[in-house]
Order: sequence, then structure tokens, then C-alpha cells
Amino acid sequence: MSLRLGVPSKGRLMEKTFEWFGERGIRLRRTGSEREYAGAVEGVEGVSLVLLSAGEIPRELAAGRIHLGVTGIDMVREKVPAWQDRITELAPLGFGRADLVIAVPAGWVDVDTLDDLDAVAAAFRKAHGFRLRIATKYHRLVREFLREAGVADYQLVDSQGATEGTVKNLTAEAVADITSTGETLRANHLKVLSDGLVLRSQAMLFLSNEAQWGPEEREILNGLLEKLGLPSGGADAAVRHSGAITKS
Amino acid sequence: MVGKAQARAEAARLVAHFRAAGAEEVEADILQPADTLLDLYGEDIRARAFVTHDPLSGERMLRPDFTVPVVQMHMAQGAEPARYTYAGEVFRRQENGEGRAPEYIQAGYEVFGGTDPAAADAEVFALIARALAPLGLRAVTGDIGILMAAVRGLDTSERRKAALLRHIWRPRRFRALLERYGGKAPVPPARAALLASSDPLADAPPLVGLRGREEIEARIEALREDAALPPLGAGEVALLDEILSLRGRSDAALGKLREIAAEMPAVSKAVDGLERRLEALERRGIEAGALAFEASHGRTTMEYYDGFVFAFHAEGRPELPPVASGGRYDALTAVLGRGRSIPAVGGVIRPGLVVQLREGET
Repeated sequence: MSLRLGVPSKGRLMEKTFEWFGERGIRLRRTGSEREYAGAVEGVEGVSLVLLSAGEIPRELAAGRIHLGVTGIDMVREKVPAWQDRITELAPLGFGRADLVIAVPAGWVDVDTLDDLDAVAAAFRKAHGFRLRIATKYHRLVREFLREAGVADYQLVDSQGATEGTVKNLTAEAVADITSTGETLRANHLKVLSDGLVLRSQAMLFLSNEAQWGPEEREILNGLLEKLGLPSGGADAAVRHSGAITKS
Repeated sequence: MVGKAQARAEAARLVAHFRAAGAEEVEADILQPADTLLDLYGEDIRARAFVTHDPLSGERMLRPDFTVPVVQMHMAQGAEPARYTYAGEVFRRQENGEGRAPEYIQAGYEVFGGTDPAAADAEVFALIARALAPLGLRAVTGDIGILMAAVRGLDTSERRKAALLRHIWRPRRFRALLERYGGKAPVPPARAALLASSDPLADAPPLVGLRGREEIEARIEALREDAALPPLGAGEVALLDEILSLRGRSDAALGKLREIAAEMPAVSKAVDGLERRLEALERRGIEAGALAFEASHGRTTMEYYDGFVFAFHAEGRPELPPVASGGRYDALTAVLGRGRSIPAVGGVIRPGLVVQLREGET
């Protein structure tokens, strides 16, 4: 039996993850051809590498098909309902930093806060006959954020890419999107609301409470955590909480 | 665990009880057009309802309640006054692992039209109370109409009143607005700068999107007018707070509201309505004076209640949802009827819970 570690299968997120583990004496690498998603782990016993699309890692963690996984905080919170019950945050990795923010046209000089957005949404609905559209792919996070803030008379429209362009293309009035520097927003004549920060995200090492955590897996985990220089307390609690002892 | 067959049998008994009171039994489609519900309840309904897709007619929702389809059916073809009863599954998505059932049976009773709202309120409440009597439940009542009347009676602009009324069902937002209009919350710096500028649009960045320059100008004008208004009177805000926090026996609440009405005549009519309802309840054999009354009851549900509201809870079982709930929703009929409004009041019972409580299951 081995511990399954899920890591993004390509791009910067994969490279940075490999780097982070490498700096701590654990070498992750892809094996086989360029196109084959297989990998190997060196420097610690009993851990196998599972290369996955970053977007699928939350689901795999929630289902317990991987023990550990690296992905963005935003991905887990968006995709896993009641995520705290099933997934534990072990360590922020310090890269992949991005903020999920609400942005409106920079030309809306009368709008700076969610309070303004709410008032504008009411007037917009009256003037145009439909609810103000906010383009996003983060439906759950944005909806919960706006509900907490008491914003009404809006609708979320799905946008899986080029979200900043939706306002100019007249398919949305505002956007909720990930940004790291805000440059793309500015280039598209948008500005972030002063209280429009939905979530501060970065890459995170997560542990699945749902995975099989027998004595053997726990021993491997402790070895891995020690090597990574991470405290075992949080992981211990999560693993115990998951009812691992009865499962194994 | 109560089986569906038991819940269904109990629902049939409840429907028979409502039919005996003169209700016509009606059905509603399980697949409801999503846009109607979204326009009514806003985006939040997506977190609570199952959304599915029909290849031809677009987004559909699995019926989250019967109220909307029954109102639509009545407005399309019903004659008034009318009484309806129904029973069937409703579907509620559970996003945060509250452990509540995503699918359960409801049995309901709705009254449309009539000229005596107090009598109709009492009729619905008493009928449900009678059906549930053996369970010894605790009833809570309220009246959102009193709160709305208090807001409408404030000595301030129509715009401020409209904003407050729009957020009656979002208590935190309502509170924030009240503090701003009361001069208690500081003006945000960006707002202050906007108001101080003689021509805020002079160096404005290029404008993109559907919301046009004239809409921005209109809002700036509205903000200027609002900034010129005096804050809400401290006395008025205090009275509103008294209403918001009012809870106790109905007879005591009525007395307190009478005192408030002496200083805030705008609520007098709504308070008269409460008194008439208590009398109507007495006539129906309910010990109305002793009924629990909470003026804020019903403000956090997503329903469209704008008058009498009520719920029946199992004593000592806070983990259970209400066994029954309901209220008056005249405003909902106005929205669905595109301006045509009908007095409407109704309530639903969860037959599955009735069986569970009756059999003493935990």
C-alpha cells in the first residue's frame, strides 16, 4: 500500500510544485514520454505520484481517491461543498498566488463598494428589465460572497475564459475573476471594488480526510511530513477525525 | 427513518383535512421554469434548488415549493375566493452539509381573494394548528406588514424607503442601510470624493458595457440628493428598533405596538390588522393572546411573505426544520401577476416529520 499524492500534470503549477518538494529533498518527476501522465517520487518511501489536471484534484481529494494533493485554494472552495468536512489544508506553498475579485467598468465613477454595486443592480434591473450580469466561473464562491454582503438583483453568467472581455462584448456588466496583478482587468477598462476581494488564493498542499488512512498510510504520512518540515498535528487530527482507524 | 409510503399516507390524510375545509385539490409540475424562480428569488435560489436543463425550453428547476406554480395557476384561470390543497415532493439542494433531506413531501393549503384578510389568516393558521394539535408543537407568529408599514412611515425620501423595503428580507443589509441613513455610519471616502467633485465624469476612464453615461449621471444626482437629506430622526430609528426586537405573547406585543403606534401613526393600520387577526383566531378556537409573537419572524426565509407569518416547531428539537410554516404573500401575487395583485395566504406541513414525531422516533 502506498500514499497517493496528486499533483497538477502540466504547466507552471506542476513545475513550481516539483520545485517546492525538491527544495525539501523529495524529487518528483514525470516518467515515460512527454505525453504520458506517469510519475515517480524519490527521497521518501511509499509515496506514489498521480498526475492530474489541477481542476480535478479537489474532486479526487473529496472522494478520497488520493491521500494528498496540490491545487489552488480557490479550486477546493469552489468545487467541494462543505470542503472543511472532507479536506484539510496542510501547508500553503507560496506560489500560484491570485485573488478572486469583483470588478466593474472603471468608467463607473459612482461605484466603489459592494453597497454601490447593490444599488446599481436595483436601478439597472429597473432600467433594462433584467438582473445585472456578473460573468464568472466561480459560481459558488461569488454567490456566497454576494449573499453574505446582501447584494441582490444580480445574476451570474458562466464564463470559462476571457472573462474580462465580457463587459466590452456586452454579455455582462461586471466580472468576478482571478487576478494576480490586475493588469488584464485594467487593460479591459475594469476596476476592482474596494471591498470586492472574494478570496485570497495560492497553491496549497491538501490532505483528504476521506482517503484510506490505515496504520501503514499514517506511518508513511508522518515520514513525509517530517521530511517536508511540517508539523503532524493538523494532519493527525484530520486523519483521526476521518474515522481512519475503523476504516483500515 | 420514516418511509416515503408513510409520509405519503399522512399527506393524503392532510389533504383530506384541507378538502373538508373546502379546498380544491390541485397538482403542479415537478419541472418548473427556472427563470420565473430566479427573477423572483434571485441568484440565491440556485444554492437551494436543483437546476436541470431541457434541450428545448432551457433551464428548469425541480419544484422547490408549490407556492409559485399554484399562484400562477390561480392567476391564469381561478375565480375568487378560492381555496387549494396539494401534496407532493419538493426538492431542496443542501450545499453545506446541514444534513437535511434534499427531497421531502409537503402538504399545503392556500387561500386566494376574499375581503377579510384577518379571517383568511386565522383560517389557515387554525386549520394547520388543528391538523397538528396532537403533537403539542410550539407555534411562533409574526407580521412583516407591521415592519413594512413602519418603514413606509419614516420621515425621509421615497428612495431611502424603497431601499429599506427592498432589503427587509436581508437583515444585515437592512441594518447597514439604517445606520447610514441614520448618520451613524461614516460616508465611505470614495463616496465623499465623488460628492465633493463638481464634475465627477470629467476625467473618467473610458466607459465599457451596457450601463450608459446617463445611468451614471442619474445615480450621481440621486446620491447628491440623498447627501443633502437630514439623517433619520433618532426617535424614529429607536421605534423601528423596538419593533424589530419585539417578542413575547401576542397580547403583550399588541399592547406594546399600540404604544409605538401612538408615536408612529403609520403603523396604526397594520396594528389594527394584528388585533383583528387575534380576534379572528379566538373565534376559530385558538388561544390567541398566548401565541408567541416575534416581529422579526420570517425575515430570514427566502419566501416573499409580507404580512402574517407563522411556524410550528417541535419543542426541544432545534435540529429539526419547522413541522409547518406559512404566511401572507400578497406581494408575490403582484410580481407574478404583472401588476394584478390578489390577497393570498397559505401554509405547508411536512407529513414525514408529523409521522416521525407521532411515532416518537428520534
